[in-house]
Parts: sequence; C-alpha cells; structure tokens
Amino acid sequence: MPAVSKGDGMRGLAVFISDIRNCKSKEAEIKRINKELANIRSKFKGDKALDGYSKKKYVCKLLFIFLLGHDIDFGHMEAVNLLSSNKYTEKQIGYLFISVLVNSNSELIRLINNAIKNDLSSRNPTFMCLALHCIANVGSREMAEAFASEIPRILVAGDTMDSVKQSAALCLLRLYKTSPDLVLMGEWTSRVVHLLNDQHMGVVTAAISLITCLSQKNPDEFKTCVSLAVSRLSRIVSSASTDLQDYTYYFVPAPWLSCKLLRLLQCYPPPEDGAVKGRLVECLETILNKAQEPPKSKKVQHSNAKNAILFEAISLIIHYDSEPNLLVRACNQLGQFLQHRETNLRYLALESMCTLASSEFSHEAVKTHIETVINALKTERDVSVRQRAADLLYAMCDRSNAKQIVAEMLSYLETADYSIREEMVLKVAILAEKYAVDYSWYVDTILNLIRIAGDYVSEEVWYRVIQIVINRDDVQGYAAKTVFEALQAPACHENMVKVGGYILGEFGNLIAGDPRSSPLVQFNLLHSKFHLCSVPTRALLLSAYIKFINLFPETKATIQEVLRCDSQIRNSDVELQQRAVEYLKLSSIASTDVLATVLEEMPPFPERESSILAKLKKKKGPGAVSVTELDDGKREAGELNGGGDRGPDTAAMAASNASTPSPSADLLGIRSAAPVGAAQTNAGSLLVDVFSDSGPAAPSAAVNDDGFLSSAPPSEDPAPPLSEADELLNKFVCKNNGVLFENQLLQIGIKSEYRQNLGRMYLFYGNKTSVQFASFTTTVSCPGELHKPVEPLVEGGAQIQQVLNIECITDFSDAPLLNIKFSRYGGALQNLTLKLPVTINKFFQPTEMSSSDFFQRWKQLSQPQQEAQKIFKANHSMDTEVLKAKLLGLGTALLDNIDPNPENYVCAGVIQTKSQQIGCLLRLEPNAQAQMYRLTLRCSKDTVSKRLCELLAQQF
Amino acid sequence: MMRFMLLFSRQGKLRLQKWFTSMSDREKKKIIRDMTTMVLARQPRSCNFMQWKDLKIVYKRYASLYFCLGVESQENELLALEIIHRYVELLDKYFGNVCELDIIFNFEKAYFILDEFLMGGEVQETSKQIVNRSIEASDMLQEDDSSEWYEVELFG
Repeated sequence: MPAVSKGDGMRGLAVFISDIRNCKSKEAEIKRINKELANIRSKFKGDKALDGYSKKKYVCKLLFIFLLGHDIDFGHMEAVNLLSSNKYTEKQIGYLFISVLVNSNSELIRLINNAIKNDLSSRNPTFMCLALHCIANVGSREMAEAFASEIPRILVAGDTMDSVKQSAALCLLRLYKTSPDLVLMGEWTSRVVHLLNDQHMGVVTAAISLITCLSQKNPDEFKTCVSLAVSRLSRIVSSASTDLQDYTYYFVPAPWLSCKLLRLLQCYPPPEDGAVKGRLVECLETILNKAQEPPKSKKVQHSNAKNAILFEAISLIIHYDSEPNLLVRACNQLGQFLQHRETNLRYLALESMCTLASSEFSHEAVKTHIETVINALKTERDVSVRQRAADLLYAMCDRSNAKQIVAEMLSYLETADYSIREEMVLKVAILAEKYAVDYSWYVDTILNLIRIAGDYVSEEVWYRVIQIVINRDDVQGYAAKTVFEALQAPACHENMVKVGGYILGEFGNLIAGDPRSSPLVQFNLLHSKFHLCSVPTRALLLSAYIKFINLFPETKATIQEVLRCDSQIRNSDVELQQRAVEYLKLSSIASTDVLATVLEEMPPFPERESSILAKLKKKKGPGAVSVTELDDGKREAGELNGGGDRGPDTAAMAASNASTPSPSADLLGIRSAAPVGAAQTNAGSLLVDVFSDSGPAAPSAAVNDDGFLSSAPPSEDPAPPLSEADELLNKFVCKNNGVLFENQLLQIGIKSEYRQNLGRMYLFYGNKTSVQFASFTTTVSCPGELHKPVEPLVEGGAQIQQVLNIECITDFSDAPLLNIKFSRYGGALQNLTLKLPVTINKFFQPTEMSSSDFFQRWKQLSQPQQEAQKIFKANHSMDTEVLKAKLLGLGTALLDNIDPNPENYVCAGVIQTKSQQIGCLLRLEPNAQAQMYRLTLRCSKDTVSKRLCELLAQQF
Repeated sequence: MMRFMLLFSRQGKLRLQKWFTSMSDREKKKIIRDMTTMVLARQPRSCNFMQWKDLKIVYKRYASLYFCLGVESQENELLALEIIHRYVELLDKYFGNVCELDIIFNFEKAYFILDEFLMGGEVQETSKQIVNRSIEASDMLQEDDSSEWYEVELFG
C-alpha cells in the first residue's frame, strides 16, 4: 500500500489494486478482474440507488481495469451521472473517465455536452477548468459545434480568472485543430493577439500556442503578433534569471515561452520594420552569446533549457536564411556541439545541420565539418545518432566530396545496423549516380554495394546499373571486365550473378579477346553459379546463354549441350523449361542472320527519373529527397540518367529488336504509333484496305506523312481554333477520358493515359451521319508542326481511332492544336480546329510527404515569382468529395493532415518533362459562405505556377 | 504539439497513458507496443531522442519508470525532455519522493496533475508553484466533502 493517500483515499480501489498486483499469473488477474466487473455490474444494475461516492469508486475501478488493457463496455452512463454531481471529487472522476474512455463519436456526447454547458456557466473556475479540459480531451466535432462560439468569449472576457483563460486558450486550439470551420475569429482576433502582452506568464504561455496555430492559417490577420512577440522575447532574453520568479527554470528565464515565441516568429518572414528587426537580431545575438557563457548550474536541466532556446533561435535563423552573419555563427555553434560530450547535443547538432546544408549561405560552412561527421558515423555508439550522421553526409554531399562520402558510407555499410541498411544502400546508389563524373567509378560503387550488402540491394538498384551501362557505351567494356572479376569470388551474391549474367550476355564480347576471359571461360564462370540461384536468376542466365550463342558461335555446342540436358529441358518450372526448349530450338534452326537480329544488343532505355530515387522517396517519405534536390539531381546527372523504371526484363532481352522510337525533339513531340484502324467500325473492309500499306512497326511514319496527305484535298489552311476550344480543353484538366467535341456531324472522344513525361492519347472520330466522310484528315500541330495521317474515309455511323504518343520535352502553356478536315458526300469541306486536351498537369507524378516536409518545401519556394495565387468565385459544386476527385484527377497527391485547417486542400506533385522535373505545391482554400476559393501554387518554375493557376481557376 | 505521453516500467508494464489527439484503440495499442519495445531496447547512455514515423520520440528513465513523449516534428526535443522532468518534479512535490507505486495506486492523481500542467498537447502552466497550488486546492475540496462516506466504505 502506498504511503501517501492524500485527499480522498478510495480504500476499496486501493484494495482492488493490491489484489491485482498480488495475482501470480495472468489467469489469476483476469479472474479477479472478471469478479470485480461482475460485482460492479450488479451494483450498477441493482435496485438500490448508489450514492455518489460508491459510483465514483466503481467508475474509478472500471477506469483502472481499462488502463490495464481490458475492454470496458459499461459504466459510461454512471460516469456521465457523476458529471452533474456538485461534489468536486465526483465530478472530477466523472470527467477523467469521459476523457480517457469516451471516444469522439460516442452517443453520450449530448448528455456530456449538457453537463459541460452547466459547468461552463457555473462561474466556478475549478468547474469551468474541468469542463474545458474535457472538451480539449475529447475534442469531437459535436463539442466544437456546441462550444466553439462560447469559448472565445470566456477567453477574452475581462473578468475571467487566469487559470480559466489558460484552459480556454488551449481548449480553443484543440477545437480549431479538429473543426477550424466552426471556430470563427473576426472580432476577437486582436484581443487574442494582445494576450501576448498579458501580465500573467502562464496566460501568455498558453495563448501563444493558439496564436501560433492561427497565424499559420491566417498570417495576414495575425501579423501584428510579430512586433509583440519580438518585444516580449526581448524582455525575457534580457531579464536576469531571478526576474521571472517561478517562470525561471533552473536559472533560465521562461524557456518554454521563449521557444514558443521563437516558433511563432518562424511563421513569418523577417520583420519589415527596421526597429523591430534590429531588436530581434539583437535577441538572437544575445542567445548565441549566452551559449558561450559558463553555465550557471551544473544540472543538465539548466543546459537543456538553455540549449533548447539556442536550437530554436538557430531554427529561426535558418528559416530567415537571410542573415549570413548569423547563419555562420549558427553553423559554428552547431560545429561545437558536434563534438560535445552530451550525446543529445551531438544528435541535435547533426539534425539541425541537415537543414543548414540546404541553405546556400551555409552549405560550404557545413561542409567543413565533414571529418567530424564521418567520425560520428564510425564511432557513435547509438544507432540513432549514426543515422543522423548518415543523413547529414547525404545532405552535405556534392560533386566536390562525393567520392569521399560514398566511400565512407560504403565502409560503414559493412557494419551498419540492419534496420538502416536498405536506406543506406539507396542513398549510396543515388549519390553515386548523381555525382558520377566517370562511369567506371559508378560501376565500381554499385558492384561494391552488391558485394557488401547484397541482401539489401533492391531490384531498382541493380536495374538501374544495367540501364546506365546499356545507355553508355563508354562504360560497357569496363563493366564487363569488372563483373567478370567480381564473379570470380568463391561466394558472390545472387544480385551479382544477375548483373553479371546480364552484362556478359550483352557485352561479354568486349572482353573476349583476353584469353583469361575467353567466351568459354565466361560461360563456365556464369554456369558455375547456375545451380545456386533462384528460378528468376536462372531464367536470366538462360537468356544470357542464348545471347552467348549469338556473340560467340564457338560456344554453341557447349551451350546447346547444357540446354539439352534433362535438368533444363525437363525442368519442373514451366518458365525455365520453356526457355530451354525455345532457345535450343532457336539456336538449332535459325540462321546466323536471324539469330543476330533476334538477339541484337538491347536498345537504350528511355530517359526517366531514377527509379531508385522514387524508391527512396517512397520508403522515407519525401523527407529524404526535396524537390530542389530532385532538380539538381536531374541537372547534375543529366548525361548519366539513362534508364526508365522498366527493369531489364529477361524476356525483353531475348527479343531485343523491338523498335525503340527515338524521342522527338520538339516541345511536345507527338509521333504516331501505328495508325490502328477501325477498332469499332461496322464497315471495316474498305478501311482495312486503306491501312494495309502502313505497317504497325514504322516509327518513321511519325513524321513522314507518306501517301495519305497527297491524297488529301488541295491543302487549305487549318481553321482558327473554335471559340469554345479553351472551354473544351478545360473540361479535361482533371480527367483523361470523355467526349472532347460533338456537333451534328461528328463526335470526337478521347481516352488518354500518362506516365511520367510520356502519354498516349486515343482519339475516336465518330461519324454521326449516315453518309461517308471522305478525305478525312487530321493534323496535330504544336510548334513542331507534326502531321499524322488517319484513314481518309469514315463510313457513315462508323468510328475510327487514332493514337497519339506524346512526350513532354519541357514545360509549356499552349495546348497542341488538332485540325480536322473532311468532306461529306455532296457537302462542303468541313474544317475545324480544336485544342488537344494536353495540359502540363498531365505529367504530374503525385508526391506524398509529411507535414513538416511540406512546409519546409513551401518555404523553400518563397521567391515571389514562384508563387501564383488567384481568388475566384466557385463555378461548380463545393462538395468535398467532388473537390477531392478533381484534385486527384489533377494528378497530384492530395495530402491529409498538412493544413491545420482540414477544410483546405493541399497537394504536391512533380511535373515530369524530358529536360527537368518541376516540383509543385498547391493549396486550395474554399470559403463556403462566400462561395469563393483562394488558390495558391508554388512551383520550382515560375511559368508553371502561372499556367497551373490559370488552368485550375477554371476547374472549381 | 505533443501527441501522447506514456509511462511504463522496465518490464514494459504501462502505468499511465495520455493521448492528446483522438485515436482508435488499435492505433493506441500499436503505439504502446512499439514504444515499449523500442525504448526498452535502447542501450544505457544512448541519446534520449528517436525518430518514429513522422514523430520525435523523447524518453527518459527515472528509477524504474520510463517516461516517453511523442511530439510532432517541429517540436524542440530538449524542451520535451524538460517537460518530462517538470512533470516528474510535480509528481515528486505532490507525493513526496515519488515512486512507481504512488503512480500505480494514485493513477487518477497522476492524471489530474498532468492535466494541470499540459492540455491539448501543449504546455498550459510551467510554474511549479501554480500547478501545485491548484492541485492542493482541489484536494482541499475533496477533504471538504469526504466526511460522509467513511461509514459507507467498508469493503471493495
């Protein structure tokens, strides 16, 4: 039994707790609990009315049982009854039970709300505080509906007690976070801001949390708080440690309030008023100076509180990112902490430096600490500190130190904790690719990666090295030589066998001149690994073998022997068996020419975003890779960025002569795929004939309009776009399929799909009349003037289909035009021009990110021209689901829990063009009352912000 | 803001749980499980901070009890550590040399003290004097109305 039993000791409760503690086994405990539950249930159900004390005691026991981890399905009503008791202690237990056990959608909320209402109007400060606590604890929408208008009044009323004000401020904050639409500011805004001046430090401490949250939402309405916060901060910073009495914590004046003030200031840009700014800079300098003073106490609480303020000040300095002097001082201070004996400080310094590394002013200063950080990676005992060191190395890496950092990370990998190996592997792979100046270094790095941490090398990583080797002919010979050497290790990882098999199958000939790596030696080396490998690797090896037969005819007999043996040709795995049979047959019957064609070297992969980067983003949340970093990655590694996320699939390898059309060079390179005809025609015979001379595998037809155009009527200039062309275009911003155009003659339907910077659009031209359209031609033009043929005749009632392949080369504003000409039998020539619904947003890749990442990036995109904003009237329904569907249709990721106001929508995405990636952040704030929206876009490219803003303003 | 505070013993027994946002029971159970395993597995003299999903986990051990706080990513870790310490001080002041047993047997008091100190995941009052005064005041209220029940209370 405890020594202390202040106030009301509930003896029955204490006895019960003792019993539970004395239970020898889980079973005994459960038995005791069930007995108690039965007892309580019978008491609650009994005829005799329970007095308040018993009720309180039983409710408290139920609470205890719940906290032990058992489910409680009764007693809620009794707890609610306690709320209306006029005894404080009963009321208090009632509220505690409700706070812990009642979830926000309970049916009891109405009853609870009644009790709360009574207590709020009781004018008894203790009761009022209990009620406010309960609201803040439950925080449901019903409660917000009931009290959101009442609480601001309590908060700003002149006669409210300080303790009630504190509770009211934080209660309001909680309601604002759950239901911001119900918490209306307006007339009390300025009175809330002025709570920053309150005499009572506790009131300021509580109120500032509310003000900070409101300022993030409505920076303009609350901007007067900046100067108030600066002067309050300045008073605290310059006060002696005894001035603030009980608000001094271990000789540090008001650490909580100081940090919150510094945090509030991080919601705003640096103050414009020179005097205010001067005062603030002075405060920041004082804080930095104080860090150098000898401590006033040896207690860790003293240094923690002091350093908490210091770190918050550094965050503010980094946020402003405009005072080089302060930034360098901050960096030096963090540099000192990197070698501090307190692990906590080393951890925080590493974390804080990660953000400093992204500032232009301090990137170089951060780099000077590289040795210390590397040392931390090697010697820290705590894995979470090592993790931070690895993060910082990744953040500070650039071309000048990439080799060193990658080497250190690789050597760390050999002993790294299992929990972080996969992430480390991805980071090494990304850095190696991003900063590779010579490809042999890149190949060495990745092969080392596979050697050291093969199990953690995901498919993306080894796909990527192959994509790059295939796309870069200057590294192929080196790669072949290196994998050949790596495969000679007695035990090598299966991933190494995959890379080795693939690369030797493609480029083994480049090293075959050396007798030590003659074709047969290569083959025997690969085949010595065969029996140790899994089925997919074996399949890959079989493909490598057939490629060998093509590369080195002298190996044919040996390889055929292998393919012919029972373990291959009768393998129980269908895939392996099929490959063995087919390859054997292929090698026996095909002529050398046919073999050479079928087994030709793989064509280069189309350039895409690194799949590894995508994987890291997915794995870590976007925190790992910022939008700007993506941009750099593209810029710096431009020539190296080879492949797509299509893995070098083994089957594709066997049939490598599939044509790979070269990307066109125009803004929107639109090239035709095979003109696929008459998909749904009901009078197809004629059309099929027309088509027969344009084969499906003729990528050159993309630009040459052979035959068809010449049979077109004497060329007439395309008509100017229809007046409604823009409107039609707007219908497709948030969707990909639908009817683009319809009049009494013709209907044009569209189906389209986009991936990264590529798209494919199917156009369906339907003849609504009963007579044939003749000389039907369509022309797609964007600056490049590319034509493409369609079948010149469209039968009455028939529909023909046209396919466009689209590639986004760079960002653009004007949609391509589609001109259609045809003549009806006996009618005039029809000539109409539409805008093809290809808009920049089609090339969005959604990006998921956490709230902190979002805001960090939002801040990074703070140049005025990067932002575009529009306030406009709602043209369509403001229904949540409709809006969500539209925003998803836009192609971005719709992010929840970012905007403190859940009514607002926040989206993020990256626009993929061939030349670059453009990070875009979007925020849409609906105002249902005014039927208005405010739309804000921030993109890493100003033209994109502008264009997206124009496009989207039409959508809502 | 803070999302949750958990108190658990070295054996992983949960002694107190405080959630500052609404969460399903399943989520709560998962967090409790993750926190106890993660924190208890830490080596002595490790740093007091960890990253867990998008939260910062700040923990500290006092005698046999671990105090574990989950805060959002923009929060200050050192200050979170001192929030824990201030809470321990408040408990200590109230119980006089507080130990795990005090919290087990007077869990409701531990909640009341926490509620005076923190609210809605933010610090409400940092002054030790003020918090203690209001706790004592509510004890006084309890003593006032405790007269009548002693005769009723005989057995659990």
